[in-house]
Amino acid sequence: MTHSYRQARCALLVVLFAVAAGAGQAHAQGMQDHQYTSQDIEAGSRVYSAQCALCHGVNGDTVNGVDLRRGRFRRSITDEDIAGVVATGLPAAGMPAIALRPAEVTGLIAFIRAGFDPSGVAVKVGNIARGRALYAGKGMCASCHRIDGAGPRIAPDLSEVGAARTPATLQGSLLEPSATMWPINRPVHIVTKDGREIRGRRLNEDTYSVQLIDENERLVSLSKADLRTFEIGTASPMPSVAKTFTPDEVADMVAYLLSLKGTR
Amino acid sequence: MTRNGVIRAGLLVSALVASYPIVAQVPSDRIRSAAAEPQNWLTYNGTYNSQRFSTLAQITPANVADLEMKWVVQNQVFGAWQSNPLVVDGVMYLTQRPNDVMAVDARTGAMFWLYRYTPSDKARVCCGANNRGVAILGDTLFMGTLDARLIAIDAKNGRPLWNVEVGDVNRAYSITMAPLVVKDKVLVGVGGGEFGIRGYVAAYDAKTGREAWRFYTIPGPGEPGHNTWSGDDWEHGGAPVWVTGSYDPDLNLTYWGVGNPGPDWNPDQRPGDNLYSDSVVALDADTGRLKWHFQFTPNDAYDYDAVQVPVLVDMNWRGAPAKLMLWANRNGYAYVLDRVTGRFLSGTPFVKVNWSSGLDEKGRPNQTPQPEGQPTFPGNQGGTNWYPPSFSPRTGLFYFAAWENYGTVYRKEESVYEPGRNFLGGGFTVVAPGVGAPTIGIGRRGPINNWTDEVGHGSTLAWDPQTGEVKWKYEQFDVSDSGMLTTASDLLFTGGREGHFHALDARTGALLWRTSLGGQIVMAPITYQVEGRQYVSVIAGNSLVTFGLRNARR
Repeated sequence: MTHSYRQARCALLVVLFAVAAGAGQAHAQGMQDHQYTSQDIEAGSRVYSAQCALCHGVNGDTVNGVDLRRGRFRRSITDEDIAGVVATGLPAAGMPAIALRPAEVTGLIAFIRAGFDPSGVAVKVGNIARGRALYAGKGMCASCHRIDGAGPRIAPDLSEVGAARTPATLQGSLLEPSATMWPINRPVHIVTKDGREIRGRRLNEDTYSVQLIDENERLVSLSKADLRTFEIGTASPMPSVAKTFTPDEVADMVAYLLSLKGTR
Repeated sequence: MTRNGVIRAGLLVSALVASYPIVAQVPSDRIRSAAAEPQNWLTYNGTYNSQRFSTLAQITPANVADLEMKWVVQNQVFGAWQSNPLVVDGVMYLTQRPNDVMAVDARTGAMFWLYRYTPSDKARVCCGANNRGVAILGDTLFMGTLDARLIAIDAKNGRPLWNVEVGDVNRAYSITMAPLVVKDKVLVGVGGGEFGIRGYVAAYDAKTGREAWRFYTIPGPGEPGHNTWSGDDWEHGGAPVWVTGSYDPDLNLTYWGVGNPGPDWNPDQRPGDNLYSDSVVALDADTGRLKWHFQFTPNDAYDYDAVQVPVLVDMNWRGAPAKLMLWANRNGYAYVLDRVTGRFLSGTPFVKVNWSSGLDEKGRPNQTPQPEGQPTFPGNQGGTNWYPPSFSPRTGLFYFAAWENYGTVYRKEESVYEPGRNFLGGGFTVVAPGVGAPTIGIGRRGPINNWTDEVGHGSTLAWDPQTGEVKWKYEQFDVSDSGMLTTASDLLFTGGREGHFHALDARTGALLWRTSLGGQIVMAPITYQVEGRQYVSVIAGNSLVTFGLRNARR
């Protein structure tokens, strides 16, 4: 296996990391009506690192069927449910009871509800209805994205994007799409050894194969041994709204996207 | 059927009569000479030198493509399966979570017995309810448990014989490693490096379970090395031992890798070198007395446990015969040590390293901590980790799994020690290309790789101890926690998180055969032979899969 493209991508990684970290801080603002304070979240972050991270992982998704950062639990629905699981443990699932002080429990829930993002609640979140109108109209988002079965599948489906992302990362995606694009979503250009040309977006990849959806919305699985060219682009096909949207419109878009939690 | 049954019953009776009086099946001299009976796999790493090299050669580069699945045992318990099987005269012994032991027919996977031990619900472990296997002596198996007990089990019927406390479960002592039997003793170490334990290796009388000796990996007041700690830090300074050691019978020394100091990520809170954390210690097998030590990472800030398997190799060094120890460390350097004296002979980085600018003539690193918020390489899971490596005396190469281009950003904070609770001193974040983007986890996150190789990837390295250079590498898209197995036909078997099981040419790294097993491989393969047929077993996901040649002749 050759990795001629790997070195270039790794150099890029460091740059993107720095940009993304800076972007998160630049947009931090206050938001008074949120249930938890930033001190709660900060305290919860420490509790999480000390008591939870080694089993649940730094991103909260290493236990099967649970994704704490994205609010996916096996049993819990309410904040009280989470507090109960922490207090009693789940012996059948191998989770021990963890004795925490009340303020630690509050902080932990705040941290989980904030999507593990200390700056998450600081992003201004506007009006859902206005955001929905922008999505369909001025933003032209529906020409590439899909929500609840409507729209093309070329770009990532947004039906559950509000469950998967925090306000800060949604805002980053709107303003700096290339800088915040997850690697798996980078556009790929492939030419097979028998001359077939394929453009699309990766769904999965391993050492020997790649699975993608092509620009004609076909699911394609290819063996790397059969490829002549395998290029992964770093520029997002999505245009930034930084110059076309007002700050309030960005906030409205964030609100609408946050409201998309899927139909489950 | 009836006729066969009668005949078999007759055979059974005569077999019992013929073998009476019953003699212990695996006396210690069989373990010492395990290399002479490659049909079996008698210790965690196959032999005391831990080379994971087998002289079996029925499966070769020419016929490896004829491997087919012979049988599967499915784990009935959810969770990463890190057990290493033993094979003794056609019977395989392995463990599953949390502390079950099973005996199966090594030809078919059919089960003879299953022993289930339920550890105390007070047991605390950092990284999953893992168990890496049993040891055997005579007709007895030995298992360490998550609640830090050592249990002797009758190898013929799975009944417990004795059960003794090794460590205090209330203070989060635990055992995940397979014990090591040396002569008439069972040696085992304790885990708990994330909970402020004080680590040790202890030896128990195999017959009674009585403790014979104990070596603390943190020296107490008045002992040499105690001054590498300040105040009472030594009482809860970690230094666990959670991977099975090696043994040199001629020197009568056992070698153990020691884990991280605690709290993990705040070295400012425990000034000093923090001996013997992140070290290898050489202990007298009869007394536990320290013969020598070598520390890889003094005052560690990165959780660079030295819990790799000590691999013992006899080969020329700079022109003269030498007794060496090879060690690819979590800190990103690969070392050659003199295992008689502990003298440092060489050390070279095998992945990107920026926490140190190099090693001095004694092997001590010149530490170069990165500015706050900047990534450290290798990252928290290390350049490599506990996954068993292999050395082939035929190729002279040392094989291990490396994580390349994988970095983490560390965060330090003051931690207060409370018995039985996490004692971490901060945390870490894997470098990710963008806020909230998926990254590599401590284990594989799921069947879809949405983190990609941009956050690091795995390589099987073939490292030449004479030159310190990588002779060849075989890259994978995801990282790998798989161990290695080499054979006398110059095959290298290994896997990875993606669930592909590979046979490589041990000389060139060329891929000779692979198959997808559909679940992460987080242990090393083993090989053995029954009735003239060579088998290779590997655990992937929740299945132990055993391969053999399609048309092997007896």
